[in-house]
Amino acid sequence: MNEKAGRELTLSRRAELLQSGELDLAGLAEDGLKQAQDKSDLNAFITLLPERARQDVERVKRSLKNGQAGPLAGTVLAVKDNIALEGEPLTCASRILDGYISPYTATALQRLIDAGVVIIGKANMDEFAMGSSNENSAYGPVRNPHDPERVPGGSSGGSAAAVAAGIVTAALGSDTGGSVRQPAALCGVIGLKPTYGRVSRYGLVAFGSSLDQIGVLAGSCDETARVFQVMAGEDPLDNTTSPTPVPDCVATLNRGARGLKIGIPEEYGGEGLHPVIERAISEVAELLTDRGAEVKPCSLPHTEWTIPTYYIISSAECSSNLARYDGVRYGLRLQADDSVAKTFLSATQNGGQECPPHQSTITPGDTVRQTRQSGFGPEVRRRIMLGTYVLSSGYYDAYYLKAQKARRLIREDFVNVFREFDLLLTPTAPTTAFRLGEKIDDPLSMYLSDVFTASANLAGIPTISCPWGKDDSGLPIGVQLMADDFREDLLLAVAAVIEAAR
Amino acid sequence: MNGAYIATIGLEVHAQLLTRSKMFCSCAATYGEPENRHTCPVCLGLPGALPVPNRTAVEMAIRVGLAAGGRIARRTKFDRKNYFYPDLPKGYQISQFDMPLCEGGEIEIRGESGAKKVGIIRIHLEEDAGKSLHDDPDGTLVDLNRCGVPLIEIVSAPDMSSPAEAYAYLTEVRRLVRWLGICDGNLEEGSLRCDANVSVTREGAPLGIPIEVKNLNSFHGVERALTYEIKRQTEALQAGETVSRQTCLWDPERGITRVMRTKEQAHDYRYFPEPDLIELEVEPDWVEQIRARLPELPWERRLRFAEMPGMRPVDADLLTSESEIADYFEDVLSATGNDVSRSIRWVTGEALRWRKELGRGERFPVSASATGSLAQLESQGKASGIAAKTIYEEMAHTGRDDPAAIMKEKGLEQVSDEGELAAVLRQIIEDNPKESERYRSGEKKLQAFFIGQVMKATKGKADPKLVGKLLHKILEIG
Repeated sequence: MNEKAGRELTLSRRAELLQSGELDLAGLAEDGLKQAQDKSDLNAFITLLPERARQDVERVKRSLKNGQAGPLAGTVLAVKDNIALEGEPLTCASRILDGYISPYTATALQRLIDAGVVIIGKANMDEFAMGSSNENSAYGPVRNPHDPERVPGGSSGGSAAAVAAGIVTAALGSDTGGSVRQPAALCGVIGLKPTYGRVSRYGLVAFGSSLDQIGVLAGSCDETARVFQVMAGEDPLDNTTSPTPVPDCVATLNRGARGLKIGIPEEYGGEGLHPVIERAISEVAELLTDRGAEVKPCSLPHTEWTIPTYYIISSAECSSNLARYDGVRYGLRLQADDSVAKTFLSATQNGGQECPPHQSTITPGDTVRQTRQSGFGPEVRRRIMLGTYVLSSGYYDAYYLKAQKARRLIREDFVNVFREFDLLLTPTAPTTAFRLGEKIDDPLSMYLSDVFTASANLAGIPTISCPWGKDDSGLPIGVQLMADDFREDLLLAVAAVIEAAR
Repeated sequence: MNGAYIATIGLEVHAQLLTRSKMFCSCAATYGEPENRHTCPVCLGLPGALPVPNRTAVEMAIRVGLAAGGRIARRTKFDRKNYFYPDLPKGYQISQFDMPLCEGGEIEIRGESGAKKVGIIRIHLEEDAGKSLHDDPDGTLVDLNRCGVPLIEIVSAPDMSSPAEAYAYLTEVRRLVRWLGICDGNLEEGSLRCDANVSVTREGAPLGIPIEVKNLNSFHGVERALTYEIKRQTEALQAGETVSRQTCLWDPERGITRVMRTKEQAHDYRYFPEPDLIELEVEPDWVEQIRARLPELPWERRLRFAEMPGMRPVDADLLTSESEIADYFEDVLSATGNDVSRSIRWVTGEALRWRKELGRGERFPVSASATGSLAQLESQGKASGIAAKTIYEEMAHTGRDDPAAIMKEKGLEQVSDEGELAAVLRQIIEDNPKESERYRSGEKKLQAFFIGQVMKATKGKADPKLVGKLLHKILEIG
């Protein structure tokens, strides 16, 4: 069997063929690497890891031979470059991490490695996961495999493109406000954002710590479920992971939609929404009704606060999380020169007494300023400024504190609605893939790309995006399912119903 | 309008907790190792690393809170204090802002005017920063071994009104944290650190603007810096100037405070809840278990000691200055069959003297039971005071704990044989006719001379009381 056909199989089938020898893991990985090179125009990867992939292959092959193959033998994986892998660069698509090599591996990724994945590379992304188009990368934008003039979505654009282009069978992304689901929708793949606390964040470079989750992008629900299953569960290294047991989501993948109550929130539509996406929602609603679910409208009354709340909280957290990139210990360091020192002289007098006396007027603070000025891209700087502002004394109550209250209301909306409904059905993104450059100068319109996704991060609930049809230009459309805390099993089962009907 | 100026002082004391590992990672919290040896992704603030709280540190903080009579929060949380500094790897310190682990309580001090209670506003947990080493010619170097070591901050109410009271308070805090075994209390090495807030105002007027004084890294420094700062502020007010809010640095070499930050330069730490840590539920059962395991506290023990017959307040203070001394005293006491005075004398005398000279830290070189047996040899008249001290010295140096055996080996048994001592005394009287005559004619203070001569002749073994009696008998009664 050839590698391309092998990649398109479900993971379970692939594993069988690998075990029987009809499919060769080395070939599968090599072909993935070759595809990545052939499709380098997509710019889906920041770092390819051929050597590491070969070692992974050898290791997994040995385990196959011993009959001790892990549940993910046969998964060829791309890892978003904000997830730590020991001995490899970790760039977060930022200049500020130039030359940084992670000395340790993220918990979630280590679990996948132990389960037999082969990692072929670190995927491109928006810098520090901030963006919805993958244009905010120090390594250049990623292109959508469906139309190279269009964006793949973001921030996990490289991961989504690598899956959509058939380079890998699955990819890890991270989702703070929609960064797994929105690119999954724009690239036509499955994208799962687990419940907050379900997957360890240890080793995921923090953007908005109370919102971030590692998610899975894959071509099939089967592979998504299997990868998720391995990653999920409590981690002693992440205090925010939940001890709630992880149900077997693979076993229940075929439960169907029968008997489920599915709500369509009234607030998730309206002006910004493209009619073709609205139609997709109706079609999926019809399909699920046909499969025995009860679909009816519902309400999430505080939806309008989602975007401001999300941007205040995520920016506040990011302004603190990104403070560590100061050039003192690792990554880029731009030594301040005298001209810089003079520019910031007034600022350095603040606390200058704490700094050691130097021959010149340059203080460590100047080097930090210079490094951060040059090392971060414009979107990251914008969010750091925004976040610093909303946490400042005198503004905290008006912004951060108010956003925390709004967040509680948004969460309560979901708690209430899940008393009646098992799942919610919404669009993933308001549009299909837009053109490169189309929104880059209009941050507000870019921020609205998250309008349907960010609420789940604020509420902490799990959600999945699955492809459903295409628009007139042949661009994929994504629909989103949301569930109550820790009900990834339901999301995957119903996504599988949608997948089967495609 | 010529009322006296009065000072108001509050102290913020940071105590490094004696946990094995750091506050949020499993690195060892030990000192004196090569730079940056005890570091990991968490305390280095590497991308992606996350903190996990140290339960023992929380327990230690609760112990102090309970000992001071504070209220332990049912729910508490951590917050981020954001500021840039090269020895702060994450760009923020994990601390506690509006929901500290402990609030309220008080610590009793012995001030100039007797006992006084100093209120505790709060006790919270946080992590230490690294150390910047500024003396390298190539620039500033950073050592992160200390980074992430657990600290508690004990914030007092502004209840002190003199440098001496501040000194007394700091002494009490140091004793308490050492007593509870949660901090070694070393100001010079920085395991206990102190910042002061001091304001001066005319009596009866509203409180003045508090000035924060940092870098008070010795007990003496606290007193000197506060004395200086109070004088400075008083003089400024007398000259009609206003004191504006600022943070000062104490310069122990020049003996002055220098402005570090003015009000305009004050940091905005942008505190917000630490999203990497869930709120901490403090189970009441756990708190009760910790309370039940608290040792008898220093002031409780001082009270109990002070009630013992023959115990002066000054002895009770000294004997309860450290839990090790108090324990030792109680052991000696029981070994002497509750001879309070003698136990006090031995512990505050020889035992502490030889611990200071030979002991390792808190350890006494001679066991309490040996000290007790020796005290008994003395009380039974088997060894004279001088001989007993010689025996004690021998035990301190050799670690032996058999005073009776040493006494025999060295021939230090007290001579209580009347005939033997009378013979020695008669010889001395014969050799010192002038003194004998003066004694006879009423110069009784010469008794000391004769006893001294007998002691000398017997190498300290004579029973001095007996010698006195014999002298009386021979020279007066004849």
